[in-house]
Amino acid sequence: MATDIASLDNPVLGLESASKPLTPGQLIWRRFLKHRMAVAGMISFACLLLFILGGSLVVSKQQANAVDLQVRLSAPSQEFLMGTDDTGRDIFARIIHGGQISLFVGAVSVIISVTLGTLIGGLSGYFGGWVDTILMRFTESMLSNPQLFLLIVLGKFIGRNITTINIFGITVSGSVLIVICVIGLTSWMALARIVRANVLSLKELDYVSVSKSLGSSELRIFFRHLIPNTMGVIIVATTLGLAGSILSEAYVSFLGLGIQPPTASWGNMLTAAQTFVQQGSWWMWVFPSTFIVLTILSVNLMGDGLRDAFDPRSNRHM
Amino acid sequence: MWSYLVRRIFQALFTLLIITVLCFLLTRFSGDPLAQYATNPRMSAADKEALIERLGLNDPLHVQYFKWLGLAVQGNLGNSFFAKQPVSEMIMQRLPNTLILMLTAEFFTILFALILGIISAVKQYSFIDNLITMFSFIGFSVPIFFSALGLMLIFAVQFKAWGWPYLPTGAAVWNKSDPVEYIRNLILPVSALVLVSTAGYSRFVRTSILEVLGLDYIRTARAKGLHDRAVLFKHALRNAALPLVTIVGLDIPFLLGGAIVTESIYSWPGMGRLFWEYAQRSDYPVVLGVLLVISTAVVFLTIVTDVIYTFVDPRIKLG
Repeated sequence: MATDIASLDNPVLGLESASKPLTPGQLIWRRFLKHRMAVAGMISFACLLLFILGGSLVVSKQQANAVDLQVRLSAPSQEFLMGTDDTGRDIFARIIHGGQISLFVGAVSVIISVTLGTLIGGLSGYFGGWVDTILMRFTESMLSNPQLFLLIVLGKFIGRNITTINIFGITVSGSVLIVICVIGLTSWMALARIVRANVLSLKELDYVSVSKSLGSSELRIFFRHLIPNTMGVIIVATTLGLAGSILSEAYVSFLGLGIQPPTASWGNMLTAAQTFVQQGSWWMWVFPSTFIVLTILSVNLMGDGLRDAFDPRSNRHM
Repeated sequence: MWSYLVRRIFQALFTLLIITVLCFLLTRFSGDPLAQYATNPRMSAADKEALIERLGLNDPLHVQYFKWLGLAVQGNLGNSFFAKQPVSEMIMQRLPNTLILMLTAEFFTILFALILGIISAVKQYSFIDNLITMFSFIGFSVPIFFSALGLMLIFAVQFKAWGWPYLPTGAAVWNKSDPVEYIRNLILPVSALVLVSTAGYSRFVRTSILEVLGLDYIRTARAKGLHDRAVLFKHALRNAALPLVTIVGLDIPFLLGGAIVTESIYSWPGMGRLFWEYAQRSDYPVVLGVLLVISTAVVFLTIVTDVIYTFVDPRIKLG
């Protein structure tokens, strides 16, 4: 029936299926698929996910954390595909389980930062006045220190006293939760500014005043009209933010403030590598950092493709 | 212009006030600053109490904050608990090292970014453009410890193992009689920073040149028969470099903070390492001092950049 009506609307062309207009989502998806680098990024990210999630079915967490000093610092071989670290733990197994932690931390903290950024930027732009002044000065003051400095200070502030916690049947060590909070709380500022600018221009548009004159509440206008219309920006920021969060996790864990051993993460695997690289144990450095770079590279490529897909004008300089 | 400036300065002061409150609260409670005495057998509990009282750590929080702020406004950032030295002195000792490292790195970053950006804009979509694009995407995704440890592994460890001339892995001390050694120490950390940060800048240069090359006045310059090189360097580059000025201007204050990771890996005695060492000891006057120096520089250089920009680009009006 639906197609009949569509063809009635368009009797001259009479192309039932072809005349069906594409939704904005489909258009974006098509533009994304035309972006070769972005598709390459998506495929390599899918492979990484498959390796990390599939790998944990083969290699158990106990294997990843098992210490065996007799085989410490052994080079890659048949038995240890990627060698062992300074306490004899299998790097291959730790890459798989550390990757789960790194990606989990990245994903959850990006959700926190995007939520914060959207809310703070949106409220600031929509209400203006003193709300805007206070929120924007706060945003500026957070932006005035390099993120790594903030990560360290906040990490020390929250402390390491939180013990192991059980969420949804998964035991998560306290350090993981702290790192998630710390990254989430220090990476929302750039998005807040973009969302604010967007909302500032959107709220002057006719459909917002129409909605207001029809008696919509402020909340409804905010969540039903303004936020959905900034979704493009938010999705792109989420993707690029995921790369940023994985990188931040690697940085804090590398410095020893983040995920605490024996729980592996790609960042904390490199902490020990720092010392042993000077003695020639190249595999302790090569494998974790290659995985970090690959992951961030593929996420960045996807983010770049999404940005172009959401903004057709940017295609000029692709 | 003047009213704009006054308004901006008041805004900046307000922002700085929020920064001090935020940083004070965060650093004051980031651990026990007197933990170093906990294991000291000669120190009784009563002595420790007396020390805490003397240092004013028992005062109400707002009293502690205003005491610190009052002194900080006069340029006194307090004393380090661990080093028992004035914080401002400690910062002044480290600042030159950090500036040498960061400004050298920034110089080469901009130089390479301009070269790569211009090549890839002029040869848009060519093989070399794709190659540069690919490298800049990889550079974007590389954490600094990757490049720092990688360079160390290759040029310091492997070269030494192979018996080739190798570079030192760090611990630079400025010595008037041996500046060559200092420069040798500088090579690896600078390269690590340049490798990572060139990527972003060169993309930026490429985009901004391409944007300018599409404008009418460039077509006019070409139409009157100017050589391609003259068009590029005399006409296009000048306008294309304008946005770069802003980006660099906004990045410079962050250079004061140094690079925590690079400085730790190469044992470079700069601000980043100062911050990191004293953050681990919860020595909050030092941590707070470093944060305050960086953020003050950031807040005021932002205004300076905005003002300078109106001189460089008369199209922009401050409102």
